[in-house]
Amino acid sequence: MSPIDRRTLLLGLAGGTGLLLTGCAVPSGGRDSGSKAAPAVAGDDPKNPFGVKTSDRLDVVIFKGGFGDDYAKQVEETYKQAFPGAQVKHSGLQKLQETLQPRFVSGTPPDVIDNSGAAALNAVTLQKGGQLLDLKALLDAPSVDDPKVRVRDTLLPGVVESGTLGDTVASVNYAYTVTGFWYNQDLFEKNGWVYPKTWDELVALCAKIKASGIAPFTYQGKFPGYFLEPLMQMMAKTGGAETLAAVDNLEPGAWQSQPVADAVGAIEKLVKNGYILQGSEGLSHTEAQQAWVDGKAALIPCGSWLENEMKSTTPKGFRMAVGPTPAVTAQDKLPATAISASSSEGFIVPKDAKNTAGGLEFLRLLLSRSAASKFSELTGSMTTVKGAGANVTNSPALTSARKAVEAAGANTISFRFGGWYGDLYAAGSSAMGELLTGRVDAAEFMKRTQAAADKIAKDSNVVKYHR
Amino acid sequence: MSSSTTASRSLSRAGRRARGRSRGRSGSLPRHRGLIVGFLTLPIILYAVFVLSPYVQAIYISLTDWTGFARRLNFVGFENYTRVAHDDLFWTGLKHNLVMLAVLPVLTIGLGLFFASMLNIDRAGRGVRGSSAYKIVYFFPQVLPVAVIGVLWQFVYTPRSGLLNGLLGTHHAWLGSPDTALAAVLAVGVWSSVGFYVVLFSAAMGAIPQEIYEAVALDGAGRWRTFFQVTLPLLRDTVRVGLIYVSIGALDGFAIVQLMTVGPGGPDNATEVVGLTLYRRAFADGQFGYACAMGVVMLFMTLTLAVILQSRRREVGR
Repeated sequence: MSPIDRRTLLLGLAGGTGLLLTGCAVPSGGRDSGSKAAPAVAGDDPKNPFGVKTSDRLDVVIFKGGFGDDYAKQVEETYKQAFPGAQVKHSGLQKLQETLQPRFVSGTPPDVIDNSGAAALNAVTLQKGGQLLDLKALLDAPSVDDPKVRVRDTLLPGVVESGTLGDTVASVNYAYTVTGFWYNQDLFEKNGWVYPKTWDELVALCAKIKASGIAPFTYQGKFPGYFLEPLMQMMAKTGGAETLAAVDNLEPGAWQSQPVADAVGAIEKLVKNGYILQGSEGLSHTEAQQAWVDGKAALIPCGSWLENEMKSTTPKGFRMAVGPTPAVTAQDKLPATAISASSSEGFIVPKDAKNTAGGLEFLRLLLSRSAASKFSELTGSMTTVKGAGANVTNSPALTSARKAVEAAGANTISFRFGGWYGDLYAAGSSAMGELLTGRVDAAEFMKRTQAAADKIAKDSNVVKYHR
Repeated sequence: MSSSTTASRSLSRAGRRARGRSRGRSGSLPRHRGLIVGFLTLPIILYAVFVLSPYVQAIYISLTDWTGFARRLNFVGFENYTRVAHDDLFWTGLKHNLVMLAVLPVLTIGLGLFFASMLNIDRAGRGVRGSSAYKIVYFFPQVLPVAVIGVLWQFVYTPRSGLLNGLLGTHHAWLGSPDTALAAVLAVGVWSSVGFYVVLFSAAMGAIPQEIYEAVALDGAGRWRTFFQVTLPLLRDTVRVGLIYVSIGALDGFAIVQLMTVGPGGPDNATEVVGLTLYRRAFADGQFGYACAMGVVMLFMTLTLAVILQSRRREVGR
């Protein structure tokens, strides 16, 4: 609790009434300082472009989820070396929401936050309230590895866009996630199965897999949104990137086009043929992934955090690999090698933070090649830093994901409506769950998602974004 | 109601006197008054701070556009309430809460009464053999945190290899099908709370004088008749209290739904409850003002329900 809370509490106690406490959780309004001086923007000193003062304490909050928080501790050490005598406060948390909310309200947020996980703060809300620092200063600062190169140019394509809301850079994503269908390389090799390039090949393969006594597919039943990722990938391939853009931009009829119908129909076919592990709809994400690890199903849609997430229950030597969704039609606009690649693990710097310069500097160090390689080594995941972690070979999943991204080249696919419009994502997930259990057909799926998109387009309470 | 206002009036009087005494050391106040003030001041302050003030705040926030993080908030009048009225998800949730309100009290109280009477009464006034052991078994779920209950029952409902499917020889995804999901959640609600009412009713049954049963037995009444015409009427007040508890619980249901169901709240919103909608609006979407409006609507529904049940109790008491 902040000192303000405690003071109001004592006030309330002294007054003997609870009504005075109305100021406890709610901001009183007048306290907002409003015009806080922006940090010194991109100065000349490549060693300290933001003008960090050693005397200012740095307050770092890291989401301690699948990636842990050891990688951040290493960056903090580097920070202390760069600014000897600087104090760094580190917090590794899971419940960001409840821990940080009072700090935002009282105007004392931390200097930098890894805003991730199920209890992440709503970046759209924070941005709308003007509570986030525009990270353009960070992107335009000289990078750690080469002062002649700006931080912006050390990042993989699409990373800056994915953290941009309106015309501000609200967050910078650090982890690079590849999403596709995952399979067990050994199981495939043992049975002579080859990862398919076209949907027809996939369906033929599914028949073979099913005949061998294994379910071809399972999915994270309780969170059917996992299957939206492959669907988006297939839609981008059948109709080109503009199909996804139309969906993200809530265009009328975006969910009713022929490319969407082709992609949804392909998934429906898997259901109709009985290629999905019976009862998947009742499994949690880890239960479904465990069923896949245990060899009860051959393929599962997931992001490249899969290996790390299932580490404790995966047998040693298990070789996971990811493949892109096969080409649905013969006239697909993007090649079959195109794959969903998006960045996650968004870092933000609150505008009201005391040491915003320190927060920016922490991120600049985090985006250095050495820190990024360390992250890949510790977590088996790629980062958004170009070329970092190429020497890390301890993870088959990481190697496979990196190969897939290389094969995709410029054709990486990502969609934005999930982060922009929570209700549309929820409606899409729900409809996907119904599609995968065969309770609704492809046409009904498209009708439902279109209705949800239209509703949001009409809702004046929802801030709209465009790509 | 009237007795509590009298109490608070006399309390405030006592408080004034107490303050006067500390200033003037008059010592004219009867000793026990000081004791009452001493015992009540702290609890009432704590109650005001931690129970009443959040309600007041929620009502205030519900009239604003507060995001939960912003340092400023704007007064928007009743706009949030208009939005609640037009929110399909809210109505879906409310519908499920009302289903729970219709089913949970009947099942929980009914089973609680049945088990309690089995434990307590036979013709000689004793319960079935080993009744004290049963009491502990029934009460056991009460000891488990709701998170453990949720996880435990997920295993029971696991689609292929779960306990329930094993018993029935089926492959049904109980939580994965819109037809059975809500019923599966309701069953857990009954299971986890029935033990409390068994203990509550057992205690009340134990307090019924044995002579009454002896007299009834002499008059030749059977077990059913004894239960419905003697035991149940004498338990009426306890049952009403139980009904209020269960009904208020039925208007909530957030924890189990959040822990167990697909989505959560699914599949296809089949288990959505108002508490879950509210939670999502507040914490995932950053619309605290709007979420508070939902909360206030639920507060008044719960209060109305409690008042209706209470007033019926008074009528019966007369």
